[in-house]
Amino acid sequence: MRLSGLQKEVVGLYRQCLRECRKKPFATRPHFQEFARHEFDKNVKIDRRDFAAIEFFLRKGRRQLDMYASPGVKDIN
Amino acid sequence: MAALRSSSAARLFGSAASRPAFRLAVAAPVRGFAQLADAAQESQTASGDQKARIKTFQVYRWNPDTPTEKPTMQSYSLDLNKTGPMVLDALIRIKNELDPTLTFRRSCREGICGSCAMNINGTNTLACLCRIPTEVNAEMKIYPLPHTYVVKDLVPDLTQFYKQYKSIKPYLQRDTPSPDGKEYRQSKADRRKLDGLYECILCACCSTSCPSYWWNSEEYLGPAMLLQSYRWLADSRDERTAERKDALNNSMSLYRCHTILNCTRTCPKGLNPGLAIAQIKKEMAF
Repeated sequence: MRLSGLQKEVVGLYRQCLRECRKKPFATRPHFQEFARHEFDKNVKIDRRDFAAIEFFLRKGRRQLDMYASPGVKDIN
Repeated sequence: MAALRSSSAARLFGSAASRPAFRLAVAAPVRGFAQLADAAQESQTASGDQKARIKTFQVYRWNPDTPTEKPTMQSYSLDLNKTGPMVLDALIRIKNELDPTLTFRRSCREGICGSCAMNINGTNTLACLCRIPTEVNAEMKIYPLPHTYVVKDLVPDLTQFYKQYKSIKPYLQRDTPSPDGKEYRQSKADRRKLDGLYECILCACCSTSCPSYWWNSEEYLGPAMLLQSYRWLADSRDERTAERKDALNNSMSLYRCHTILNCTRTCPKGLNPGLAIAQIKKEMAF
């Protein structure tokens, strides 16, 4: 399937999130993966043509990723 | 500066007028938030004018909790006789009395913190320094700062702006200690070079009014940051002038300024970022 630019960005962000999960301690890694997955699942229903909303969630997601990627964050619930 | 001074005088007058209302509120604590309204009412009774002056404010609304809904303009009507003279007074009154969900930043209410920067009737300015025009039939339009991501309603996301501020290293950089181990001294003439630069409160009004900054906000520093850059270039105590100039010496950081001068026109503190940028360009050229 051919992905649009915006779709590529979303997939890229998701992959980046999963990649960041691998830097977390082994014991809590599933928590991070589950969290990332859940955050994306929450908004899966958004209309694919609603660019403004998708871009907003991309920005929000990047901010969240920045925060949770910091080495001080060891676990997540 | 003249505009600032006259408005702070108006503020003084406003606080004087609210004092009797405060006493009234102590006597009847049920009144609560309506103190300001009472004060205005009282001063109106004194002048003998009772006709209600209803003005409509159109305010930009967008809620991040429902991102699929488009931003809308919401109208609020206020009686100017019961409202303070500034747009911020009107916004605070809307939030207190009409719609508590309205969101905006505010802090000092006297033009020294730069929190309440927003686009009022098409001009970027501080809500606390902007008078409400007295003609009642014209609507007033209030938007967040243009070309910024909106956090909610009138709150812009200034992350990029602050990141750029960090990138210009806005602090004194020195290697040699002062000769007598006390503070770094400066002649009066050197100090005078900083006038018109140090007053900047980083409200982001100028940067967000600059078309060049709209299109290149990732790389172009924007008038506010360049004014700050020049503030540190012009400082006689700073010893990293060469490095600072070097950091600006590329096609994007500084030279995206095409002297549109929207920054100077809009600055609510009456500063002149355009002049500061011109000075940097001059120093870089020779």
